[in-house]
Amino acid sequence: MTESNHAAIHKKPTVKLSSPLAESLHLKLDYDQLTNCMRCGFCLPACPTFRETGFEPESPRGRIALMKAVADGIMEPDQAFQNQMNQCLGCRACEPACPADVKYGQLIEQAKDAIEDHAEHSVPVKGLRKTMLKGMFPHRHRLKWMGRGLSFYQKSGLQRVARGIGIMRVFPSHLRELEQIMPAATGRGVVERLGTVYPAKGETIARVALFRGCIMDVLFAETNVNTVKLLSEAGFEVIIPNEQVCCGALHAHSGEMDLARELARTNLRVFKSAGIDYIVSNAGGCGALLIEYDHLLHEDEEHGNLAEWFVSHVVDVSWLILERGRIPLFTDRSATAEVPVKITYQDSCHLRNVMKSSGSPRQLMRHIANVDFVEMKEADRCCGSAGIYNLTQPVMAGRILEHKMEHANRTEAHYMLTSNPGCLLQMKAGVLKYGNPEHMEVKHIVDFLYERMGRTNESAGD
Amino acid sequence: MLEQSIVQQLRQIVGNQYFRDDNEALVTHSYDGTPMLQSLPDGVIYPENKQQISEIMKVLAENRIPVVSRGSGSNLCGGTVPILGGIVMVMHRMNRILEVDVDNLTATVQPGLITAEFISNIESKGLFYPPDPSSMRISTIGGNIAECSGGLRGLKYGTTKDYVIGLEAVLANGEIIRTGGKLMKDVAGYDLTKLLVGSEGTLAIITEATLKLIPPPRSKQTMLAMFNNLYDAARTVSKIIESKIIPATLEFMDNPTIRVVDDFAKLGLPRDMEAILLIEQDGDLEAVERDIKMIEHICIAEKAERVEVAESREHAERLLTARRSAFTALARLRPTTILEDATVPRSKIADMVRRINEIALKYDVMIATFGHAGDGNLHPTATTDARDHEEVHRVEQAFEEIFQAAIELGGTITGEHGVGLVKAPFLEWKIGKPGIEVMRGIKQAFDPHNLLNPGKLFAKETRKRVVINRD
Repeated sequence: MTESNHAAIHKKPTVKLSSPLAESLHLKLDYDQLTNCMRCGFCLPACPTFRETGFEPESPRGRIALMKAVADGIMEPDQAFQNQMNQCLGCRACEPACPADVKYGQLIEQAKDAIEDHAEHSVPVKGLRKTMLKGMFPHRHRLKWMGRGLSFYQKSGLQRVARGIGIMRVFPSHLRELEQIMPAATGRGVVERLGTVYPAKGETIARVALFRGCIMDVLFAETNVNTVKLLSEAGFEVIIPNEQVCCGALHAHSGEMDLARELARTNLRVFKSAGIDYIVSNAGGCGALLIEYDHLLHEDEEHGNLAEWFVSHVVDVSWLILERGRIPLFTDRSATAEVPVKITYQDSCHLRNVMKSSGSPRQLMRHIANVDFVEMKEADRCCGSAGIYNLTQPVMAGRILEHKMEHANRTEAHYMLTSNPGCLLQMKAGVLKYGNPEHMEVKHIVDFLYERMGRTNESAGD
Repeated sequence: MLEQSIVQQLRQIVGNQYFRDDNEALVTHSYDGTPMLQSLPDGVIYPENKQQISEIMKVLAENRIPVVSRGSGSNLCGGTVPILGGIVMVMHRMNRILEVDVDNLTATVQPGLITAEFISNIESKGLFYPPDPSSMRISTIGGNIAECSGGLRGLKYGTTKDYVIGLEAVLANGEIIRTGGKLMKDVAGYDLTKLLVGSEGTLAIITEATLKLIPPPRSKQTMLAMFNNLYDAARTVSKIIESKIIPATLEFMDNPTIRVVDDFAKLGLPRDMEAILLIEQDGDLEAVERDIKMIEHICIAEKAERVEVAESREHAERLLTARRSAFTALARLRPTTILEDATVPRSKIADMVRRINEIALKYDVMIATFGHAGDGNLHPTATTDARDHEEVHRVEQAFEEIFQAAIELGGTITGEHGVGLVKAPFLEWKIGKPGIEVMRGIKQAFDPHNLLNPGKLFAKETRKRVVINRD
């Protein structure tokens, strides 16, 4: 029983395939991973779509069986198959539940990649995909322009006018909901506000680079700014390399693998040359792809070593402050309030299941003075945001969100904290639709932490 | 392929969306938790209540169409693979707790209820349902009843059959029967309740179960003992029982398992140990402390190399990690994992483990053994690759010999997984020809047209027993 014995086994069956899509799937799907699934079913209770429907094809075990049936040539990759693959949230809650360590996230990405190669999108969808995935996210300056445009729409009164005359009613309801919760956009990102180097308060523990993200820096630039200041307070010198680009997650999850790889290679070069000890992410969705650049580029020999270096340096902001930093005092004026304020936390699936950071945010929250942390039931379950899932699969996303909000409301928390912009927007939409926006505010954990340091209103700092 | 008229009748009974015969549905109901088995059904149906099931059975009986009823399809004996096609009936929609009766200490539930959800519900009411198969987070009460599932607490608390006291089931002809009830004593005729428990969906379709509950133990303690001799560990198990102590958990891991677990979980286990025993006792605090102290003395007297008693719940959790990681660690070694459940009288555990290790060596296959030492229920687990047909053949030969060894030692081919498809060729080894004949008679009485989970339990041909010359 040696390794060489095992290598002699045919990796993939030789089968007759019925269509170009079947061939692509056969080619792209990792047959070892398909074989590794032993069908024990332990993933089923972890899967949000299975929990909603109880229907085996909507489970990880079922989807893997479908992929394998296509790779084995016993099933056509028909429209139902393609829909089923797209119905997966990609939250990867099935991975920690899997005894055999099947890389489900990779399999679903491979399937979507193959499907995308042969997809026949309608003209508007094709246009939107091209504009956003190819024309917008990869390009920093264009994103800034979008930010300014959005900002103009919001601040000029156009938004009020649009809402007033009811023009938003012509859009599907899930897009209308999105428009309502959209935060104030800006063309002034974190670098424009703080520069590319921000010194540590006190003795420098380490030099870290901020991964600022694409959407993050347009819609949540304030959170990026707060991340930098919080890191500085915790003893880190923060570098924000201005040449960094979008992580590529939205591309990878939509089957645009080549584009995702291109972005990854740029980021490898940019961060390697920055001379830093850690690469910090404050968005679970980005971090999860960054930490898997080695897998994304596994066929790229030239960038192999660099990718390994990169992934070994990517960390979550909560983890870094908790494990390596000087934990700041989170005692602002509310520390003396008579009744502690109730807070709760919604995990970012990718932060929890891929970056494996679920304990750090919770432990960090314990350091906040005078708050009452209430663990929400099923906080580890996806909220339905899942990248752009809430736009592409609004019905399922809506069902998941409604159930999520039942648990959220039961916590009676005043603050619902999250670690990812997508989750944040989705939870905001949830509170607006199924909760009480007067009572519950949704915030990024970094913003809440920084606010609780009482620095925001002080002019002279320390 | 089903005739369109039959499809229409079935759709009429359950509603359009709850009968499926598209590719996606057929492919994803062609397997269960058993490696290397797959067979497409002709349709999948999701009934909502017993009336629907009764009507479905009338249609299927009239047209002689087989039916495989199942919960989550997590069994390990090929018990729910539709090898003769027909309809797969999934009980997921029937997943409610109908009643928790605190006066009689019973719960009445539907078969599609997930076992762990049931347990957490009744525990929140301060009650206790002991059967805890490792699959309980996904397996259903109905599936547990069909397979008579065991678990870690079998030694002290028994298995599923000890807690099912009443059933409602639909027969092959669509008639509905009720057996037992909220009764601790009931000798009115044959005990059909116990007959249906473990019948693997071959006699009737269970639609409701009345389960016995008990008060929960007040406290629990955990300890770990390591041995560098297999027989010392086995003797320790016997001595504990001889001392009139029945531990709640008495788990065992052999050397190959220890090595794999240590590689995986990095627990710093001594890799040269031949056996680890994980022991838990529950009950009243004083009694638990007394028992654990006594067990500790026995372990030391029987030459345990190291004994560790947990001082806190966190410490206990750490000790439990080794045993809990066993399956996961083994499952990650190679693509295909075959988990069996040969069982022997507990006095024969050391002999059985030695035989398993010899057999693995003989066939040059990787087999690690862990399991429930207290009740002699072992899990020899082979790791292999389904695509390597030559090696898989050797694994099959090894298991054949393992089953034979179990029977020679007074044991059985399966302790808690069931016969299903995988062990059907070996059933006669355990119960003999007359035993098979009686069982066939029972099957005939319940299901004259062989429509309920056909092809399971009874093999077309019994495997020939190999004559082994030892020494």
